[in-house]
Amino acid sequence: MANMYSKGTKRKFYDSVDAATDNKAALYSRQRQSLLDMSLIKLQLCHMLVEPNMCRSVLIANTVRHIQEEMTHDGSWQLVTEAFGSSGPSDHLVATEVLCRSSALEQQGGGPKLYSVMGYDGCREEEVVTDEALCSVTFSGGAPSLLGTIDHCWDRAELRMAAVEDRVIKDSGSEVESGEGAKTVMGQVFGTFEIKNGAPGSDPALEELFSAVDASYYDLDTMLTSIQSTPKMGPYNLLDSMASSHGPTSNSSCRTDLSELDHIMEIIVGS
Amino acid sequence: AFHSFSKSHLADIISTVEFNHSGELLATGDKGGRVVIFQQELESKNQPQCRGEYNVYSTFQSHEPEFDYLKSLEIEEKINKIRWLPQKNAAQFLLSTNDKTIKLWKISERDKRPEGYNLKEEDGRYRDPTTVTTLRVPVFQPMDLMVEASPRRVFANAHTYHINSISVNSDCETYLSADDLRINLWNLEITDRSFNIVDIKPVNMEELTEVITAAEFHPNQCNTFVYSSSKGTIRLCDMRASALCDQHSKLFEEPEDPSNRSFFSEIISSISDVKFSHSGRYMMTRDYLSVKIWDLNMESRPVETYQVHEYLRSKLCSLYENDCIFDKFECCWNGNDSVVMTGSYNNFFRMFDRGYRQDVTLEASRESSKPRSVLKPRKVCTGGKRKKDEISVDSLDFNKKILHTAWHPQDNIIAVATTNNLYIFQDKL
Repeated sequence: MANMYSKGTKRKFYDSVDAATDNKAALYSRQRQSLLDMSLIKLQLCHMLVEPNMCRSVLIANTVRHIQEEMTHDGSWQLVTEAFGSSGPSDHLVATEVLCRSSALEQQGGGPKLYSVMGYDGCREEEVVTDEALCSVTFSGGAPSLLGTIDHCWDRAELRMAAVEDRVIKDSGSEVESGEGAKTVMGQVFGTFEIKNGAPGSDPALEELFSAVDASYYDLDTMLTSIQSTPKMGPYNLLDSMASSHGPTSNSSCRTDLSELDHIMEIIVGS
Repeated sequence: AFHSFSKSHLADIISTVEFNHSGELLATGDKGGRVVIFQQELESKNQPQCRGEYNVYSTFQSHEPEFDYLKSLEIEEKINKIRWLPQKNAAQFLLSTNDKTIKLWKISERDKRPEGYNLKEEDGRYRDPTTVTTLRVPVFQPMDLMVEASPRRVFANAHTYHINSISVNSDCETYLSADDLRINLWNLEITDRSFNIVDIKPVNMEELTEVITAAEFHPNQCNTFVYSSSKGTIRLCDMRASALCDQHSKLFEEPEDPSNRSFFSEIISSISDVKFSHSGRYMMTRDYLSVKIWDLNMESRPVETYQVHEYLRSKLCSLYENDCIFDKFECCWNGNDSVVMTGSYNNFFRMFDRGYRQDVTLEASRESSKPRSVLKPRKVCTGGKRKKDEISVDSLDFNKKILHTAWHPQDNIIAVATTNNLYIFQDKL
């Protein structure tokens, strides 16, 4: 029976098939949640990159949509924000055969041991490349003065966003002393994915997601708009929530970052 | 058996590999925008069995990084694809493309130079005309071979999204270029105009769920082309039917296997490459875990399916987490369409013999590239006791991926690109 229980699951007093099934369902549910978290973060990073790979973005967004549909079907979507704060950090990055629903693996009772993964390092690597690319770009003529300002500010904005993103990832993935920090951050992310009742076709959260993946996504204006306005998902929201949720003693540097970003955005938008 | 004949060539990250139509030349493109062309040495009379080595023939910078000021985006100089034109005269022509711009390059040899000018010295300085007392006719003298590459056409500003494919038509006058959402048709002579022949961009970008992943012209029928999608479908289009080929003539799609369904089903069904057979009767597609051969006359399912690395099916979540699940592997046919080849991880690549129903896993590595060494078949152990010389799934190096491979059009010579090296293997039977 030992292999029916995953690490950290409370052993039930009554020992029955029902208990095993419930645990399996709970495990599946947690794993599915983990996949959803992972996908959302991947998409966020897509937004921050200068040139997201469209095929990858579309595939990840479709995955999110599938999970969302399934969670709507079994009614667990409403429980998302409530359930979020309670799960431990180790569950977030657990890769899962259960999620892959492979019947062969179920027979094997868990499947082969998984190798350790890079986790979010892979995502961060993309950011670094972008930063480097921005820093090392060569111009073949054009308006150097205007470009210099925009590029320089955008460069720093990208770096700031990368730093913030690192912090967000660390906050959500690590043991936080005050659970409110992570909860608020991810709550913010999830908050944008609330579904309207019975409207499978229109999904405002995903619409907002894709409102940036337009030809006009590549327009500076649209990109900035999607970052500045709420409640669209983006680094600004995360900064806001972090600034408000953390106590006055912590993260004064975060506030400095915020005002610096404000300043940078002002320059770019030219207000 | 495949023997190693050439030493591997160190390079920047190789992003495309392509033999020309005779197989004498092999072009590679890299992340730094450079094209390196290798030429096969002529057979030596001493060893008639031994086909020539490939040595560097020409190197040139095809694309430079650019900045799109309007969209505030950098445009990478990485070469996504190279396609050779069939040879018509002494010069060779190839198309190379990055995300946004396609260029036609002419590669020509110069082995003679004129000498004996009247008004110029040999070093190029001009002579004082008053010192000229006699006239002579300049003559061509032999010189060391020089290979020159010059850009003859630049096809720009036709793609909003990133170009993933180019394909030269059998009419040798036109070619297509495909990005995530559109396919354009060009005339090789005309750079300021192209015709849009496929457009899958939805009116509302929020409804975007599918992108174009690859496209290719039919090798014989100049009116026919195919394009593949991220949902695992292939559409065959006939340009005679209408100007805009949004309505496909044929739709190739295999029904999903319900026992294998998971949240990753769609991602692993996304087609990363599509290639017609030389005969034009079949086409091959590569998705994350398999290679499929389709008969153009049968849309309902492939006629053959080969598992490249089925042992990864239970690792999909991890591979999603580290983004490896989005790796785009290419595939290729051998000259007579009897064997197909594709890459995998750990610097492994796989060959499937369609006739004999055999497959083999080989490795491109330093050891295997020693001259005269024979490539040893490799085996991945999926569970239970690992035999000697087998490698377990958990020990595979997912950073060592072979995405690009090419097969000589006639002979059993293959080019395999690891991240930084190009390996050329020959079959010396």
